[in-house]
Amino acid sequence: MSPTETPSPVVNGSKSTGTPALAIRNLSIFFGKNAAVKNVSLNVAACAVTAIIGPSGCGKSTFLRALNRMHELNPEARMEGEIKLFGDDIYSRNVEPVVVRRRVGMVFQKSNPFPTMSIAENVTVGLRLNGVRDKKTLTERTEQSLRMSALWDEVKDRLHAPAISLSGGQQQRLCIARALAVQPEVLLMDEPASALDPLATSKIEDLILQLKKEYTIVIVTHNMQQAARVSDFTAFFYLGELVEFDATTKIFTSPSQKQTEDYVTGRFG
Amino acid sequence: MTAPNHNWRNFKNAFMQALTFVCAILVVTPLVLVFYHLTKQGFSSLNWAFFTQIPKAVGEKGGGMANAIVGTFILIGQAALLGVPIGVLGGVYLSEYGGTKLNWAIRFAADILNGVPSITWGIVVYALMVVPMHTFSALAGGVVLGMMMIPLVMRTTEEVLQLVPAGYREAAFALGIAKWRTIVQIVVRTALKGIVTGVLLALARVAGETAPLLFTAFGNLGWAHSLREPIAAMPLLIYNYATSPYDDWHRQAWAGALVLIFLVLFINIGVRFLTRDRFGTIQAKVLRNYHVPN
Repeated sequence: MSPTETPSPVVNGSKSTGTPALAIRNLSIFFGKNAAVKNVSLNVAACAVTAIIGPSGCGKSTFLRALNRMHELNPEARMEGEIKLFGDDIYSRNVEPVVVRRRVGMVFQKSNPFPTMSIAENVTVGLRLNGVRDKKTLTERTEQSLRMSALWDEVKDRLHAPAISLSGGQQQRLCIARALAVQPEVLLMDEPASALDPLATSKIEDLILQLKKEYTIVIVTHNMQQAARVSDFTAFFYLGELVEFDATTKIFTSPSQKQTEDYVTGRFG
Repeated sequence: MTAPNHNWRNFKNAFMQALTFVCAILVVTPLVLVFYHLTKQGFSSLNWAFFTQIPKAVGEKGGGMANAIVGTFILIGQAALLGVPIGVLGGVYLSEYGGTKLNWAIRFAADILNGVPSITWGIVVYALMVVPMHTFSALAGGVVLGMMMIPLVMRTTEEVLQLVPAGYREAAFALGIAKWRTIVQIVVRTALKGIVTGVLLALARVAGETAPLLFTAFGNLGWAHSLREPIAAMPLLIYNYATSPYDDWHRQAWAGALVLIFLVLFINIGVRFLTRDRFGTIQAKVLRNYHVPN
């Protein structure tokens, strides 16, 4: 692919010069006759946080779900265009959605640890149900994932307690640990902190900043301060279209589009 | 502005509250009456012989219902073997797979089947099994009860699976877990208690069926030596005894009814207790309270 085809954000440092983690070309998503995402092209830089902002119904969640083919759970959904994950076409005919989702993990708005499982079982569920039996691997991965999600110190003494005995913020970090345990290459977050109180939110944000050292993160958020705080790049969606995509500092200080400026300054949306 | 008069409104409120309370009491009254009456009439006839002996010849005192008690267990055991796997898997299909139109048709058919009078089931299985086999049999009795269980179990399974929040399925799919594994290990596991409850309710319902057994299991005053012979069942024996002219048999019928209702009660309580996993209570709470904002 030639780098001139799509807006590839210009930033300091070497991050943006490598292969993009996700290269999205002319992506459109339809539900029945309605186009939820219209002809979007952008590159998601590896080991960086890309935020998707925009008013409700602008297609940002649909866009996010298309990145690991979760939108296909809706039988009406249809997509056009191309998404490459480190060069691999994830919509290629011979690619199973299950395989894509192992490489592109997801954290949801509402924390959803499995209620029948303990904390440790929740962390390892993705491994166990994909055939990993080795106890040692599972134990190691449990600690590693819980440490990465900054939950280890809080739960190490009660790994076998029910997951839903945790607080809301802890549950969400557990869901992040669960997603990390299968070692995805990209982590998608759909408003991961919107149901949490400010303290729990700031913990999630700290965590995101830690995780981007090793993971590529795409986060949908309604909270513009959050996008400004955690992301390196920001994409502004409006009515299914990508209005502007650039370095976060640029989007929030001197956006090139009037619509973007109106939105980030709170004049609409 | 005059002070509003609340008396009439308060009266209406109190009246409606009292009315609903009375109706709620009326709902549980039959249960209390049934237990009271059965205990009063049947308890005195419960003795060791009742559980260990088979019926005596007409006119002889004593005897018991051992063969009918065992027969009932054999019949509901067969019914469960037939009805639980088909019903549960059918419910899983309705909830997790299938197209809207097809599922609507299956659901509609199951609901009609649930409303079919039980004697009709008896006649159907009579024609399908008893006539070709040239004999009433325990097998036919088990099949008819199993067939009655299928739509019941299917619908309750579907309904409890639908209670499992979509968020759990999405979380599993997002981990790259295959759909069938998600269904078995996440969805069914989360709803297991509800599925077991549905199965128990279906078992309890068919355990007391009499009419379909008249044409199939038929009843037997002695022991059945194979599944191809007619077999005794508690509801059948209670029916026969209650309609007989003998006082001793009437007393035994009361005792049988008492045992039958306690059997149903104990199946429920016992298995519910056994299926209480370590997260059971919290899980039920989550299923009730889970809702996604927006």
